Amino acid sequence: MDWLYILMPIAGVKIFWPGLIILGIGVGIIGGFFGMGGAWMVTPGLNILGFPMAFAIGTDIAHMAGKSLISTMRHGKFGNVDYKLGLIMLAGTVIGFEVGAQMVMWLERIGSVEKVVRWLYIALLSGIAWMVFHDVAMRAKKEKAAAAKGEKLEATATGVEWHKTLHKIKIPPMIHFTSAGIYCSAWLPIFVSFLTGWLAGILGIGGGLIRMPALIYMVGCPTHVAVGTDLFEVAISGLYGAFTYTMKGRTELVAAMIMLVGAAVGAQVGAVATKYIKGYGIRIAFGLAVVGCATSILMKLVQPWVPQYKSLLDTSSTVLVLGLVSAMSLYIFVRMVAGVKEELRRKQQGA
Amino acid sequence: MKMRLQRLWWTVLGLILLAPSLSLAAGAKGAPVIIVADTRKLDGVMAWWANMYNESHLQFAILTILIVPVTGVIFGVLADIVMGWIGIDLKSRELAEH
Repeated sequence: MDWLYILMPIAGVKIFWPGLIILGIGVGIIGGFFGMGGAWMVTPGLNILGFPMAFAIGTDIAHMAGKSLISTMRHGKFGNVDYKLGLIMLAGTVIGFEVGAQMVMWLERIGSVEKVVRWLYIALLSGIAWMVFHDVAMRAKKEKAAAAKGEKLEATATGVEWHKTLHKIKIPPMIHFTSAGIYCSAWLPIFVSFLTGWLAGILGIGGGLIRMPALIYMVGCPTHVAVGTDLFEVAISGLYGAFTYTMKGRTELVAAMIMLVGAAVGAQVGAVATKYIKGYGIRIAFGLAVVGCATSILMKLVQPWVPQYKSLLDTSSTVLVLGLVSAMSLYIFVRMVAGVKEELRRKQQGA
Repeated sequence: MKMRLQRLWWTVLGLILLAPSLSLAAGAKGAPVIIVADTRKLDGVMAWWANMYNESHLQFAILTILIVPVTGVIFGVLADIVMGWIGIDLKSRELAEH
């Protein structure tokens, strides 16, 4: 069975290459569907396959750039990418990220970076999960109220509408984002991207996990456009990340390429799946992913209080993340297959 | 007032574009840890690749950021062709929700 293992030229470790392809397909589907890089899933996955942590991060970022680019192209063809919004947000993200990174340096100097970052992560993920499920509950309530009146809720109706309040702030220049269908002050996406970039900088993540809900709830993007526009940002920042990590010698391109074989195909499947799963279906699945991610981090956080369960908690955290990746990608794939069957049936009936 | 805000807009835009390089330049320069690839067990393309990494990180990094998107696009387009062949409409989608 030696042929199933490949020696990584830079990291110097032997890796089970089919595992890389499987991991690539899983995170590709999830990334293309939710509009995020998925570092929180890939890094522990690569670590389990035998990569040292520093290589796991660099390799993840390198493959992320390739898969996000192809997803952006696919979403772009569906009209899901607002390039103008993406470029404006990119500027805010970069500067916010830098400020966040500088804050981490400061926290490191006072010696509390680990604790602050992990707890901030938990608080943030809890907030996002609450926001998503509160939105879903609000929409269900609206649907019920409309049904009581004998009416049907509009397909475009949403639960929470915080963005409407933010759109009332009319500080020039006012910009029309055509694909997103938004007319608002340019400062709104800049402020939101600065905030999400700052948080991403502190947490040391790409930021898709925060930016996607921020695009929906604060900027007011339709779910599909939020997914596509976020992927556009992930692709650009991923390329930059790949360059800097490679310059530091922390990218294993051979592994990234093997992963990319699965991830590029998976990303296409995930992006096309957004055709068949309704926006609220995406939001609910995203909320569940956030809950899973928060739980896995919580398992790492409580370890100092229960050192006797350290290895059990570590294993459980990894199993949870990988189980979540498998279950979600399988769910998205199955729903996509069902949607394709329905589309082909309709085509045959129409012919 | 509108003029002032427009001016502020351009100033901030300039800052956004320039600030990252300024703050990066201001950062403390630590001694970088250099990882050297062990090429003794490698041959063919792998040995060439590892040697290039050892010789020039810059050349290696530039090639990496060229190869990654190209590979992504090749396999993505292949997936596109297969999905199109199955009969999936890859050009439009119905608006399902907001």
